[in-house]
This record gives sequence, structure tokens and C-alpha cells, in this order.
Amino acid sequence: MRSKEGNPARAAWLVLAGLVVVMLTIAGCGGGGSDTTGGGSSDEALQKVGKGEGQLNLISWAGYVEPEWTKPFEQKTGCKVSDKEAGTSDEMVELMKTGQYDGVSASGNATARMVAAGTVAPVNTDLVPNYKTVFSDLKDQPYNTFEGVNYGIPHGRGANLLMWNGNDVKPAPDSWDVMFDPKIAAKYKGKISVYDESSYIADAAMYLKFHQPDLGIENPYELNEEQFNAAIELLKEQQANVGEYWSEAAKQISAFAGGDVTVGTTWQYQYFALKEEGAPVEASPASQGFLPKEGATGWSDTWMIAKDAKHPNCMYEWMNWIISPKANAQVAEYFGEAPAQELACKETANPSFCAEYHAEEPDFWKRVYYWETPLADCGNGEANCMDYNDWVKAWTSIKG
Amino acid sequence: MGHRLAGLFQGRRRLQIGALLAGPIGWLVIGYLGSLALLLVAAFWSVDPLSGLTVKSFTLENFEALWNEPVYRTIVWRTIRTALLVTLTDAVIAFPIAFYMAKVASRRGKALLVVGILLPLWSSYLVKVYAWRTLLGTHGAINWALEPIGLHGPGYGTTAVWLVFSYLWLPYMILPIYAGLERIPDSLISASEDLGASPFTTFRRVILPLSFPAVVAGSIFTFSLTLGDYITPRLVSNDQFIGNVIFSNIANNQPFAAALAMVPIVVMIAYLLVARKLGAFEHV
Repeated sequence: MRSKEGNPARAAWLVLAGLVVVMLTIAGCGGGGSDTTGGGSSDEALQKVGKGEGQLNLISWAGYVEPEWTKPFEQKTGCKVSDKEAGTSDEMVELMKTGQYDGVSASGNATARMVAAGTVAPVNTDLVPNYKTVFSDLKDQPYNTFEGVNYGIPHGRGANLLMWNGNDVKPAPDSWDVMFDPKIAAKYKGKISVYDESSYIADAAMYLKFHQPDLGIENPYELNEEQFNAAIELLKEQQANVGEYWSEAAKQISAFAGGDVTVGTTWQYQYFALKEEGAPVEASPASQGFLPKEGATGWSDTWMIAKDAKHPNCMYEWMNWIISPKANAQVAEYFGEAPAQELACKETANPSFCAEYHAEEPDFWKRVYYWETPLADCGNGEANCMDYNDWVKAWTSIKG
Repeated sequence: MGHRLAGLFQGRRRLQIGALLAGPIGWLVIGYLGSLALLLVAAFWSVDPLSGLTVKSFTLENFEALWNEPVYRTIVWRTIRTALLVTLTDAVIAFPIAFYMAKVASRRGKALLVVGILLPLWSSYLVKVYAWRTLLGTHGAINWALEPIGLHGPGYGTTAVWLVFSYLWLPYMILPIYAGLERIPDSLISASEDLGASPFTTFRRVILPLSFPAVVAGSIFTFSLTLGDYITPRLVSNDQFIGNVIFSNIANNQPFAAALAMVPIVVMIAYLLVARKLGAFEHV
């Protein structure tokens, strides 16, 4: 039944050869050139907010753009909001490169990369009246201000949680020992749940900063080779005790609910979801009111405007709206994070919300290490730190 | 105008075929192979560490990194090993089912079996993997069923990956074997019996050689699908497959991800060459 029109294998070889020729041609043409454009330091921020363009395209974390506070915004400004939810910081960086969006709610491990890639523009904070009453310890931070230029409006912040099953882990831990100390963690062998992303290396660095001060770790995102290797060693030791690495919230929820894991690092979202299901989980700081003694990694998110935003006026309106007292209180309560707006604390449905989330306690946040992008430039003028690609590769080798 | 156009094609067979195929072949070459080529070219480029933008100058550093880091060899080998194991498992399970369908079952039974095999393909892949996740969990159905006899299920891990893959790709193995067995005339089997061959000899000397190309054809599906998957390992184990590493690198280091993507392509080409030697393409 072989086809009489020649040999299919020969045809396959011809296609393959064609592919190679095309590839070599493209590689040759691209040779020598470099596409990298420098940062956006010379860009001008908007000087005056004009009339809205009637449309606004956003990238956000799930729960940041919800009808409750988006509908009133649309009615007030006439800017119709279309939102794309992203699951990870990497995804946000990729989506912003498409140039189809006006703005993004970026975490600190994405902001520097977006500024360097030139996909975002400086923000003129004078055009955002509500910015005046944003908590001052959120302003001019290394993850939202670059070379003295503001690149965004703070949205809210939170700490990553240490969560455990109250029936299996007693007494309630007050330290990340339960996950990192080889002796203590061995008690929960195969029952430990770890966030599956290279940024988790910072959790190990934070633990070492507290327990091995002679390593000299200042910032868990700025690690020289020696400090970095110590963190990797710790994570490789931990690997033997890990039950599951999670990156989808749903996966971790099912593991805790099904009893497959009993202790792990998590977000407010999973903790709420498990509480709602009636799972016997507890978490620090969520249910304990205090951080583990080493502190915690966390996030502080920033609304940034795209460099070539098609609807810049609407984006400025949005940045002002999302940190207005009422809207910022709504989004903070919905998501389970501390609001960025001081005045939001008077607007929350739960009157003690800000107290529960330590929104007004700068000392609490001093021990929360917000996600940052690891850069070769250590911030001390030296360029001997491990960069993001080193982190990604090391993470692959930890899991093996 | 229409007449003139028709006149142009009149009697010119090559032109007719050319016009007919221009669309699909153009799509294949430009849309499909072109984008693939573009992706793979990136394997010879590098990335600016901060901005994640591609630097378009020729370098082999991605392949050197791939070669020098033992962890990638471990991952590649794990992926290939699992793909082979899943293929073997599916072949062993699928053959008797396909044989029963093709040679033993009544018309009605055959129809029922075909529907039964195709039915799982109607539900979402993710739903099936999450279902297995629930089954394999500590308090899942498998442990519940095994507990009374003092046994434990495999839990999450390498065994779970093997189980789930074998389940997911089984229909892709059964259908080609079924089609292959259907084509063997019953008279050949009768002739073998008439000449005094035992059922086992008939199977070994007649049925197996004639249906082997179909098994190889089915194995191309099970092998390549396992080779490229990254969601199943992620959901039922901590194992990293080639796809997982590509996924974790694609956002910030596309060139390295592209270099990694070369590995399954090379493996697949080798596999197809072996499959061709074994005659998988003779009867399709």
C-alpha cells in the first residue's frame, strides 16, 4: 500500500534539511546585532492627566481587579476595564513584552526586570492625588524606584505564611525550623510543602541570615557566591524531607486538605480557602498574629504603567482609584493583604482589619523581605551577586 | 474572467495540483516550520541577565551549560526512561484488548469497546490528572482499598507518574493496534492452524509479525506524548521532566529553553528512524 509518489522517508529528510537551512539563514542574519534596549531612564512621565480614552487593559494578580471596585471606577471615569490575570511574575514580565497592556500589578521580583526591558514608564506621582497618604515606608523603595525615579504606585503588601496542620504539628511552631532544621524537619519527612519557584531560595537565605550571622547576609535577594551556595546546600538538605513542591494554589490546597502534607510555606489565599473547607490549619502570622522569629519573605505590589500605553489617562485614573481609601480597603480585604493607603484603614468592613494585618506597624514590616529580582549588581557597588538566571538554574538542580 | 481562469487550468495538471496545495503547504512551511525554526534559532543566542531580552549573536553557551551540568542529563534520562516504560506498559495492556476487539468480540461488543476506549478522550486532560491526584492521595481511594489487606498505594512520585501516563495514553496505543489487527485476514490464521501450528506459534509467527508495525505506530504516540508532557509530573510528583525545565526557563531565558527543546526533537528523530526500520510507516 506504499504510495507510488516517492518515498515518505525521503520527503521527511527534505523537510528537515529545509528547516536547517531556514534556521541557519535566520541565525546568520541576526548575527552580531543586539536587540537589547537600555532602561527607560530618559523617558518622560506624563505631565497632565487628560480625558479618559474609554478603555483600560490591565494585567493583575487574581483578586486585584474585581467588579466590586471596578464597576464604580468604570461609571466614574468611563474607562472600560479589561483584565488579564497572571499566575506568576515571570508570566507578567512576558505579557508586558507584548505591548498590548496599559498597566500591571507587579511584585518586586518583576519590577526591575520590566524597567530594564523598557516595557514600563516612570510615574508622575503628582498626578495621583491619593499617593500623598500612602504609607511612607512603601514609598521610594528599591523595588518601585530606580535611580531616584518613581516607577509605580504601591498597591498593598503581605508576608508569606508558615502554615501547619494543627492536629499534627504541636506545639505551634514559632520558627521556620520545622522546614529547615535537619533534625526538626525530619519529624515531618515527606510532609513538607514548599513553594516551587527559584525565589524560594530567598527563604533559605533569610533563615541563614538569622541562624548563621557569620555568613554576613544582609538582603536575602543579594547573595554573593558563598552565601548563595550555603542557601543551596540548605535547600538540598531540605529536599529529602519535602513532600511536595507547589506552584498552583489548587495543588497545595488539595494536599493540605487530603493530609498529604502537614507543614509548609503558603499564601493568605490558600489559608483562607482551607479554613473555609474546615481544614484544621493554622498559620503564622495569619492566625498567630506574629511572624516566625526569622521573619518572612513577602510581597509588596506596585501598579506600573506601560511605556507605550494606549490609554495613559485611564491608567492614571486607575492608579489613583485603586489606592483611594474605599477601593484600597475593598481589595485588601478581598485578597487578604495590608492596604497601601493609610486612610483605607477607616473604610474596612472589619474594623480591626488593619490591626490584624499590621498595616500601621512599620516595625512589623522591617522583618518582611519583599520579593525582589536578584541582580548581579549587589547594591553595594560590587557586581559579584548571583543573578536571576543563576537562581533559576540552581533551583532546577536542587529538585534534581 | 472566470472562463479565462478556467481555461488557464484546463489540461494543466501540474498547475491544478500546485494551486490546490499552495495553501496547506504554505501554511506548513511558513506558519508551522517557520515558527519552529525561529524558536530553535534562539538556542544559539543568549540572554541579557537583567532585562531578559535576547542578545542575537551566535553562541554555543546554552549547549555547553546543558552538557556540563549533570542535573540536565539526569532529567533527560528520566524523561526518556519514563517514556519507554509507559510505551512498553501500554503495548502490553493494549494488545490483548485490541486483539479481543478485532478478532473475538461480536459486532455489538466491538462497538461498545470502541466507545469505552474513546470516552475518556472526551474529558479534559487536567480533570483526569487531578482525578488521579485524588485517587493517589494519602486518604485517597487507592489507599482506602488497599488498607484492609495491609498494603499502601504508591503515593505521589515516580510510580504515580508512570501510572497516570500509562492511563492517559492507552487509547492512542489501542486504536492503531486494533486497526492493524483488523487488516489481518482470518484466513491466514485458519491456514496456520490447518498446517498444525499451535495457537502460540500462530501468534508468534503470523499475528505478531503482521501487527508489529501497528504496535510501533502506536508507540510513536505514547512515546512522544510522554516526552513532551510537563503537567502530569508536576501534579503527581516532584520529578522534573524536560518540559518542566523548559517551562521554568522560558520566561527569562528563552535561548536556554530553546536549547533544551532541541533534546526531545533529536530523541524523536532517532525514535522515528528506528520506527521506520521496524516498518511502522509501511501500512499507513
